[in-house]
Amino acid sequence: MAKYTHSVSIDPDKCTGCTTCLRRCPVEAIRIRNNKAVINPLSCIDCGECIRVCKHSAKHASYDKLTDLDYSKHLIALPAPSLFGQFNHMNEADYVIQGLLDMGFSEVYEVAKAAEYVTDLTRIYMNGRQSRDPVISSACPAVVRLIKLRYPTLCEQLVPVLTPYELAGKLAREKAMREHPELSPSDIKTVFISPCPAKVSWAKSVMEGQKVYVDYVTSMNDVYMELLSRMKHDEVPSPEAASEAGIVGLGWATTSGEAASLMNDGYLSADGIDNVIKVLDDLESGTVSDISFVELNACSPGCVGGVLAPTNGYVARVRLHNLRKTGGMVVKPNDIRDVDESIAAGNISDEYTEEEAFTYMPEGAPNMLAMMLAMKKAEALADKLPKKDCGACGSPTCRAFALDVVNGEAKLEDCKIRTEME
Amino acid sequence: MSETLHYHFDVDGASFANAGRASVETKKLLRQLGVPPEVIRSISVAMYEGEINMVIHAHGGDADVYITEDTIIIILKDVGPGIRNVEEAMKEGFSTAPENIRALGFGAGMGLPNMKRYSDEMHIDTKVGVGTTIELWYHLNKH
Repeated sequence: MAKYTHSVSIDPDKCTGCTTCLRRCPVEAIRIRNNKAVINPLSCIDCGECIRVCKHSAKHASYDKLTDLDYSKHLIALPAPSLFGQFNHMNEADYVIQGLLDMGFSEVYEVAKAAEYVTDLTRIYMNGRQSRDPVISSACPAVVRLIKLRYPTLCEQLVPVLTPYELAGKLAREKAMREHPELSPSDIKTVFISPCPAKVSWAKSVMEGQKVYVDYVTSMNDVYMELLSRMKHDEVPSPEAASEAGIVGLGWATTSGEAASLMNDGYLSADGIDNVIKVLDDLESGTVSDISFVELNACSPGCVGGVLAPTNGYVARVRLHNLRKTGGMVVKPNDIRDVDESIAAGNISDEYTEEEAFTYMPEGAPNMLAMMLAMKKAEALADKLPKKDCGACGSPTCRAFALDVVNGEAKLEDCKIRTEME
Repeated sequence: MSETLHYHFDVDGASFANAGRASVETKKLLRQLGVPPEVIRSISVAMYEGEINMVIHAHGGDADVYITEDTIIIILKDVGPGIRNVEEAMKEGFSTAPENIRALGFGAGMGLPNMKRYSDEMHIDTKVGVGTTIELWYHLNKH
């Protein structure tokens, strides 16, 4: 059965039990128990909001450290498009590619390039689709997990195509096998450089129907530190390595980039997890019309805003904009038919899809009658609570607290306000 | 045994910004209860239509949700102008919404027909000048 490995965790030594993350968690997955935050793995979507808001650096994302990599292997770096927006005074994407090679990677395969292929595949998928309901991008794993847990009827609207980094891993591996027949498959390792914990979790969780093309996932922060000292803009007038991704693929780093790449007018794009939730509610009520494609990103203003990206996302967005305008990048997007001619037929083979990974997976499997009784008791209890939603009891709202008490996960005495009011 | 859960929501008629809140809240509760996804989808579509109708025509009203193990009943009650001709109102495309509302993309005459389509039973009790009460019924066992 599906096993989901979370990448967000809490450092109990640093957690003061304050209520910041408790109240900011978009899916109410956090409780404060024994004065420490605890994350419920069933409902956590790894969006990283708690990491972003924690004032005590008590939240961590786990990922592979650069020191864990085995440099005796044929390591292929898969940089996310957002990496290219992290550096100041960088006028050519080639410097980043060269820097990665200088770090010890044997090859670089840009995720932005794979993103251009994903656009092709998405277009082909949309053309062959019967339903008129808009399709929803599956590129943001936090959004995908949110839909899988909470929006049962929207699952079938997710584009079943591999995400750009998965496709990058697949294509990079195949390319290396072709070009280096002397290597055995186990000698080739793909290393994704991620801007966020959600992508770490998605890559690390082997779910039913999910294919594994990425061997390691590292943090953009760590790679950034290493790259800074190695990128020599001043000394090297033009690096040897050349970026192969176009301006279209690089656009995926910020919101609307993916949607715009489809060259389709009827798209909607939104970012920020709270905005995403509002759009999903509207999609489920059927109130969104004249839209064929929906791009949703948990972070603002897109992946550049991920919590593992060192630079302010809005600054990175400007840099990417300039890079795309003046960086001498390829304008014409890469075409998936260059790597696989058979796709021209209009049918996407299941090599490029993972439909089964997008099925509804409710947070619990409640017995309806038992849950009704619990909720009825909780309603009666909630009426007697102060309705201040202060979080001091350790639950995000009075209503959530009432249900926690009924379920035996909290004690009524935990509500200090109530005792004082009596 | 028959346990009934009851939730009440005020539908604020003052603005469109809040329209849909009751259906979103209801959807969350039903998901927590483990109600089948298809039923949740139908309720969210029909209830949203009902809420919008109450905002457009009746300055809001009350939404009540009753849940038993085998049936969900949504009651939308307003003290608006009432429906003059229910049969006509049930025809797709028929609308009495004012022009400024239609300009916003609402009032396309699909409200009542959609509510009927997305419910197992719909009962309308309306009186001109007094108000309208619409009941939406969902039978869980048939699903």
